[in-house]
Amino acid sequence: MSDVASQLTTADGRPLKAALATAQARAKRRAFFLVLPLLAFIVITFAVPIGQMLQRSVYNDGFSQTVPALTQWFEANPKGTVPDEAAYAALASDLNLMKETRMAGDAGTRINYVVSGMRSLFTKSARKAADLEPPYMAALLDIDEDWQDPRVWNAMRTASSPWTLDFYTIAFDRERDADGKLVKVDENQRIYFKLYIKTFVVAAVITAICLLLAFPVAHLLATLPMAKANLLMILVLLPFWTSLLVRTTSWIVLLQGQGVINSILVALGIIGDDGRIQMIYNQTGTIIAMVHILLPFMVLPLYSVMRVIPPSYTRAARSLGATSWTTFRRIYLPQTIPGIGAGVLLVFILAVGYYITPALVGGADGQLFSNMVQFHMTKANWSMAAALATMLLVGVLVLYWLYDRLIGIDKLKLG
Amino acid sequence: MALPTYASPLERAWHATYLVICVLVFVFLISPILVIVPLSFNAEPYFTYTERMLSFDAEGYSMRWYDSLLTTGMQNSEAVRDGAWWSDLWHNADWVKAAKNSVIIGFWATILSTVLGTLAALGLSRPEMPWRRTIMAILISPMIVPIIIVATGMFFFYSNPCAIFGFECGRLTSTYTGVVLAHAALGIPFVIITVTATLSGFDQSLIRAAASLGANPRRTFFKVVMPLILPGVISGGLFAFVTSFDEVVAVLFIAGPDQQTIPREMWSGIREQISPAILAVATILVVISIALLTVVEILRRRSERLRGVAAH
Repeated sequence: MSDVASQLTTADGRPLKAALATAQARAKRRAFFLVLPLLAFIVITFAVPIGQMLQRSVYNDGFSQTVPALTQWFEANPKGTVPDEAAYAALASDLNLMKETRMAGDAGTRINYVVSGMRSLFTKSARKAADLEPPYMAALLDIDEDWQDPRVWNAMRTASSPWTLDFYTIAFDRERDADGKLVKVDENQRIYFKLYIKTFVVAAVITAICLLLAFPVAHLLATLPMAKANLLMILVLLPFWTSLLVRTTSWIVLLQGQGVINSILVALGIIGDDGRIQMIYNQTGTIIAMVHILLPFMVLPLYSVMRVIPPSYTRAARSLGATSWTTFRRIYLPQTIPGIGAGVLLVFILAVGYYITPALVGGADGQLFSNMVQFHMTKANWSMAAALATMLLVGVLVLYWLYDRLIGIDKLKLG
Repeated sequence: MALPTYASPLERAWHATYLVICVLVFVFLISPILVIVPLSFNAEPYFTYTERMLSFDAEGYSMRWYDSLLTTGMQNSEAVRDGAWWSDLWHNADWVKAAKNSVIIGFWATILSTVLGTLAALGLSRPEMPWRRTIMAILISPMIVPIIIVATGMFFFYSNPCAIFGFECGRLTSTYTGVVLAHAALGIPFVIITVTATLSGFDQSLIRAAASLGANPRRTFFKVVMPLILPGVISGGLFAFVTSFDEVVAVLFIAGPDQQTIPREMWSGIREQISPAILAVATILVVISIALLTVVEILRRRSERLRGVAAH
């Protein structure tokens, strides 16, 4: 076969195989050059910024840049060495440097992430650094007993290199004990990983509610005559096109204490004027508003799958004696699985990363993981924010990969 | 959907329940949007219907919140409404400034994402496109990656865009360029999805026909391809515009005081003191989204007719 192909030639005498390969390579290049400008744009304005941010989660020079003497001592002495007079002398000299460069706060903050309450140790000691006299060990312990805490020395050893995994340790609600082993932090201090899990649970609840609400509606739209279905479709598409902030505002207006729903309930006498229900600025409010915002993302993929399911299948099942429930369970439902998969994954992905609605109507207990990232951004804890953002990104990308595997990105449709 | 004649009473009951459920879901979807429209004409600063509103007393309604939208931030809002007043309004009113910013940023972000996105969609829909799946996944990712991560990354990057090369070269934060670039990146997935969907029904033999009749690739594109995919391109552009017009988180992180947009003003309005003026803005935005939805639906039908897809 290949022999025949290699013997064939084009009009100008070149082997056909080579000419075809050249032509195909050219077509490939042409297609790629059309995509190239956009790819470059996305890489520069989108992928690079995210990559840079990820780097911040493992790079923090807040401590390392002001401790040249300590870094030397840590290099000379292996891990586990009990700090001696030389170590304290190095520390004293670095504290002096911190005082001159006014970096004690930054250095203290970096250690504070790992051992809480240590920021003041640095600022306090740096303030008195000029008066320190040998023997330094005694002098420093005189300022604060905490200087002999092995956890502080372990933290300083790790932080003397700008590259660190400390922020991931914190993000997973772990800490290092005096021996340097990873242990879980106290029950009441487990914030981050707990919220991470909670975010996925809330997203799952929202997805489930969306599926329950969207399924009958999509079915109705898919089985109605086209003219009626198009008319009803507007009721799904209008929220989809309406500004997110408008929809969030509407829910505040509807659900708040003096809002429309409470007023109706009071007017109807169902609840007393003093018994108004708290439906917003808590987790309930977040879930209601997010279900409303994400519902069209569930209806649309379900609808596009249900529309092409031939009604004759269910009729056939009925004519063969199946009950309506059996027909639904064994004939109709399996055919809607691609739509369910697409809708569920899309809504789940969007819900996990939601920020605006929880921030506006979430109150104290309705906050999601994105809000925690934003919290650390406003506190200028860049590395911590970056580590949390990376955790969130990994979760979303795994789901995105799953979506691409199971459904295919090119199946994504809008309206 | 009518029930077959052989349906049992139980099935009839279930069918009625099913219809009720559907109606309730539709009410859930649409009522939050409709409920705020009359409230924006409330004469009182309340977020609920007053008795006078319910009895359709004209006294219960007013345009005061729309008026306050115009006058907030003006230097001399009490003056006679002459030319100077309107000029004051145009230059100083907070919401007018925000609207101008939203339109300017939205316009450039839309141009950028539509041009780049359409080119890329043309490449992606060619059968010989290499690594299509991976590239498609990268190009759609701005829609999938949580906005807070995008905004955080862009905040660091735009503070010093040349940091990867190790030197300083100004900043893009607090500039129009920065916000436009961010919004263009966020709008691109919508253009890609819409235009590739249009191209999926495109008859490639039309291109070969044009070529065999002597048209060069450029002429083929403008005379044959472009008119056929134009409805899809415009819908994609509208999606990109709406994305930018509705975007608040990137603006919060990147924009300075000069680039405040409508969503940004709404954000601070909702967070700080929610006043019915917000409802007036919301009502205007609902009207805009109804207009956009209508245009997109008309375009979609036109596109389907052009491409010969059976009308749905």
